[in-house]
Amino acid sequence: MKYLAEFRDAQAVQAWLERLRRTVTRPWTIMEICGGQTHSFLRFGLDELLPRDITLVHGPGCPVCVTPIELIDRAVAIASLPGVIFCSFGDMLRVPGSQSDLFRVKAQGGDVRVVYSPLDAVTLARRNPQREVVFFAVGFETTAPANAMAVWQAAQWGLKNFSVLVAHVRVPPAIEAILSSPQCQVRGFLAAGHVCTVMGTSEYEPIARRYHVPIVVTGFEPLDLLQGLTMCVEQLERNQAEVTIQYRRSVRPEGNPAAKAQIERVFQVVDRAWRGIGVIPQSGLGLRPEFAEFDAEKKFAAADILAEESPECIAGEVLQGHKKPPECPAFATRCTPEHPLGAPMVSSEGACAAYYRYRRARAAAG
Amino acid sequence: MCLGVPGKIIQKYEREGLPYAQVDFGGIAKEICLAYVPEAEVGEYVIVHVGFAISRLDEAEAMEQLALLREIEAAGEESPWPSASQESETP
Repeated sequence: MKYLAEFRDAQAVQAWLERLRRTVTRPWTIMEICGGQTHSFLRFGLDELLPRDITLVHGPGCPVCVTPIELIDRAVAIASLPGVIFCSFGDMLRVPGSQSDLFRVKAQGGDVRVVYSPLDAVTLARRNPQREVVFFAVGFETTAPANAMAVWQAAQWGLKNFSVLVAHVRVPPAIEAILSSPQCQVRGFLAAGHVCTVMGTSEYEPIARRYHVPIVVTGFEPLDLLQGLTMCVEQLERNQAEVTIQYRRSVRPEGNPAAKAQIERVFQVVDRAWRGIGVIPQSGLGLRPEFAEFDAEKKFAAADILAEESPECIAGEVLQGHKKPPECPAFATRCTPEHPLGAPMVSSEGACAAYYRYRRARAAAG
Repeated sequence: MCLGVPGKIIQKYEREGLPYAQVDFGGIAKEICLAYVPEAEVGEYVIVHVGFAISRLDEAEAMEQLALLREIEAAGEESPWPSASQESETP
């Protein structure tokens, strides 16, 4: 068991598709929350093999995409300061701010570094006591334990030259925001397997009950996605609305208690603005007051910059599942991964990037 | 961003109070923090995200998923259109 090839077997995919076809009797719209799942659906071409009655819509589970433009602008401003080493996951570098992006700051001589783990940024701070090291702490609940550990370690070692620019987001309030919209067509959800690996399933129970939607915690490989969809459709066809786990090899109902405890120690729930969507109450994590000295927004207080989105970009509608990327007039013409107008065209989890990468190639080949 | 990759623990050790492991990803070994799954053993697979193991993979659950699949395939071969009631059990 290597946990990859076994879950990509083509014959097995056909068997699940067959079972799914036999299960569906009516049209259903189902949202996959996580951008990683969106990419798997498109990369393996699964969305094109699904029964016609199933409409997949892509959710907001792309932290790079939903990080507000104001924070990108703030990151650009901090990274441009002399003496700062600005550390980030690679995905954030090309995300367009109002005027610039981190990649351009780097090209112009700013010390912007891509790190694999947030602990790498802490190590950089220890090795460079004369420099200010700032880490761009973005991500959903999956990433929060790692980022919390970086802050925790910096506190343990009494580092004075380390801080984090926090843009953490939480999935359950976003699901509620989507379900509360009068435009919402979504009848069932595939929840994000790695978010729930950390958090467990308890936050999803009240949502399933209140909105009467099945929520199936699903993995990322083709067989996971097809089994998750089948489990979701089986519930829909029986008018059930329960939280179930497809991705059982990784997700336990209680989540990962040690990881959750570390999140709680360092972060607290706050309101958070989502790029293209707006403020969603209680949908973010911010540093607890006892870790305020590690807050880069406080440390590098700057006048608010007037944030400006591209007027052409429809990222907000894409992120809420109202529109698909090819419906955007700028898609693959004025907006490409090299010259993005919005964040979903940049991120490895962005829906626009997925369509650009996998659908254009197919259209060209066909 | 929530990308999690399965890898196999090949060595465990501690540094500055935190548990770490060398984890093999199909031939490439990386240092991974085990603070959130300290009980994971050498030889076990873990899901790794931004340098941290976030879960131990449960082989029995994985085998069960794949076995279920073989049942579906077998059912499909016997009769291409079984009734819904025969097929309605979900794991």
